[in-house]
Amino acid sequence: MIDIVLRTENLTASYDEHVVVKNVSLSIVRNSITAIMGPSGCGKTTLIRCFNRMHELSPKARVEGKVYLIENSYKREEIDIYSIDPMLVRRKIGMVFQRPNPFPTMTIYENVIAGYILNGIKLKKSEADEIVEETLKKVSLWDEVKDRLNKKGTFLSGGQQQRLCIARALAMKPDIILLDEPTSALDPVATMRIEELIEQLKDTVTIVIVTHNVGQAGRISDYVAFMYLGELIEYGPTDIVFTRPSHEKTEEFLAGKIG
Amino acid sequence: MYFRIIKSKAISVLLTFIALLSTIPFLLVLYFILKNGISVINWEFLTTLPKPVGEPGGGILNALVGTIILILIALFLSVPLGIMVGIYLSEHPEGKIAFFSRLVSEILQGVPSIVIGIIAYLWVVKPMGHFSALSGGVALGIMMLPLVIKSTEEILKLIPNEIKEASLALGVPYYRTILRVIIPAGLSGILTGILAGVARIAGETAPLLFTAFGNPFLNFNILKPISAMPLLIFTYAVSPYEDWWSKAWGASCILVIFVLSLNVITRLLSKR
Repeated sequence: MIDIVLRTENLTASYDEHVVVKNVSLSIVRNSITAIMGPSGCGKTTLIRCFNRMHELSPKARVEGKVYLIENSYKREEIDIYSIDPMLVRRKIGMVFQRPNPFPTMTIYENVIAGYILNGIKLKKSEADEIVEETLKKVSLWDEVKDRLNKKGTFLSGGQQQRLCIARALAMKPDIILLDEPTSALDPVATMRIEELIEQLKDTVTIVIVTHNVGQAGRISDYVAFMYLGELIEYGPTDIVFTRPSHEKTEEFLAGKIG
Repeated sequence: MYFRIIKSKAISVLLTFIALLSTIPFLLVLYFILKNGISVINWEFLTTLPKPVGEPGGGILNALVGTIILILIALFLSVPLGIMVGIYLSEHPEGKIAFFSRLVSEILQGVPSIVIGIIAYLWVVKPMGHFSALSGGVALGIMMLPLVIKSTEEILKLIPNEIKEASLALGVPYYRTILRVIIPAGLSGILTGILAGVARIAGETAPLLFTAFGNPFLNFNILKPISAMPLLIFTYAVSPYEDWWSKAWGASCILVIFVLSLNVITRLLSKR
C-alpha cells in the first residue's frame, strides 16, 4: 500500500471569477519528491498555495473541494485542512518561495528559528542552538555560516539565502515542504546545490516542488504532475510520465512544443 | 560648428549657477542667526528663567522645557495613531476607507496651522476653561499626524510582500506578522518620518498662540499654560526691549540648530 500524506478531492481555486485550478484530485506520496510542472499561468503555484492555505490570502480568492492531510495512513487519520486553523496547517506544511526571502531584520541564527520566535514559542538556549545547528547541517549551510551566525541573513548569496529559507521551513519540523520554483532566481551552480539538497531531504520530509523547468522535474522528482490551463492532465511516477506519457499534451510539453 | 557644444556648456553653467543661487537664502538665514544668536548662548541662557525686564542676565529655560513637553505630547498623540493608520493604508491600499482616509490626511496636511490652533482651542481650551500645554500638544499632534501616516504608509509599501508571506507561511498569525515582521522591517523609515515630523512642528508658532499661550515661569504641569521656543521668540522679538531682541536671536539660533540637526539625522537615517 502506498503511504499517502496529502490528498485533494475536486480542488477548484479561483481569483475573483477567474478559475485557476480546475477540479484537481491527486495524492502526494509520503517522503517522496513530487514535481508539479506546466507552462506559466497553468495554476501550479495556486495549486500548492491551496495546500497550506496561502491562496485564500489573496483578495477575492476562493477555494472549493477538499484537501486532507494524512498524519498516519495506516490508522486513516485524515485532517480536513480547511476545517482547522490555517496557522496550524502552515506549521505542518511549510513553504519556500521563488525569491529567497530571509527576514531582513534577523540574523542567520534567528532566521532559522524564526517560526518559533515569531510564534512566541519559547526555546531554551540549548534547544535553539541544537535546532539551528541540526537544521543548517541538513541544508548543508552549517560549514559556510557557522562563524557568522549573528550576521544578517540578507548578507548571504542568493543560493545561500534560499537554503536558509529551506532551513527556516524545516526547523518547524513540518510534514510537507512546498517549494514554489525555488531555483528560478538562482544561477546554475546554486540551482544544482539546491537540487542535491532536495534529494537529501526526502527522507525527513515530503517535498512538493513547482517548476516550469522540465529538466529539473525529470532530474529530481519521484512523481510528476503535469498541469495545463488549470487542469491536472497527467500524474504518475516520473520515469513513466517522462518515457511513456499517456496524454498528447504531456508529450507536447515534454518535447518543448508547448509551454 | 561647435555652437551646439557651446550652447550646452552655457546651459549647464547657468543651471549650476542657479542651483548655487538657490542655496543663498538659507545660507543668509543661517549666517544672520548665528552672527546675532551665538554670542547670546551660554550656560546661564540655557539653564535659567527669564529675569524681570531691566535686570541683566536670565535665560530661556521655560521655553526649552516647554518645547520639549509640547513635542512629547504631540508624539504621544500622533505616533501610535499615525502608525496604525499608516499600517492600515499600506495593508489595504485599495478600498473606499483607504481612499477617504488618505484624502483626509492629505487635506489635513494642507490646513493652515493657525486653523489647527483654533480647532485645538475649541476642543481643549474652551471645555477646560484655560490655556494649557495639553491643548498646544494636541494642536501640534494634529499637525504631525499626516506626516507620520504618510511616512509609515510609504515605507511599509516598500517592504516586499514576500517577507510578509514568509511569516504567514510559518504559521505566524496576521497580527504578529504585522508587529514582529512588518513594523521592525520598516522601523528606521518610520523613525525617520517621526523625526521629520518633529522638525516640522518644533518651530510652529501659530497653533500655540491660543493654546499653550506662553508662561514666563517653569512649568511641568500639562494642564497649565506653557512656554515654547517659537512663542518666546515671537513675544521677545515684538517687544520694545533691546535685551529681549538679543535673547530672541539666541532662541532662534537654538531652534534652527535643533531643526537643522533633526533634518540631517533624518537624511542620514533614510540613506542607510
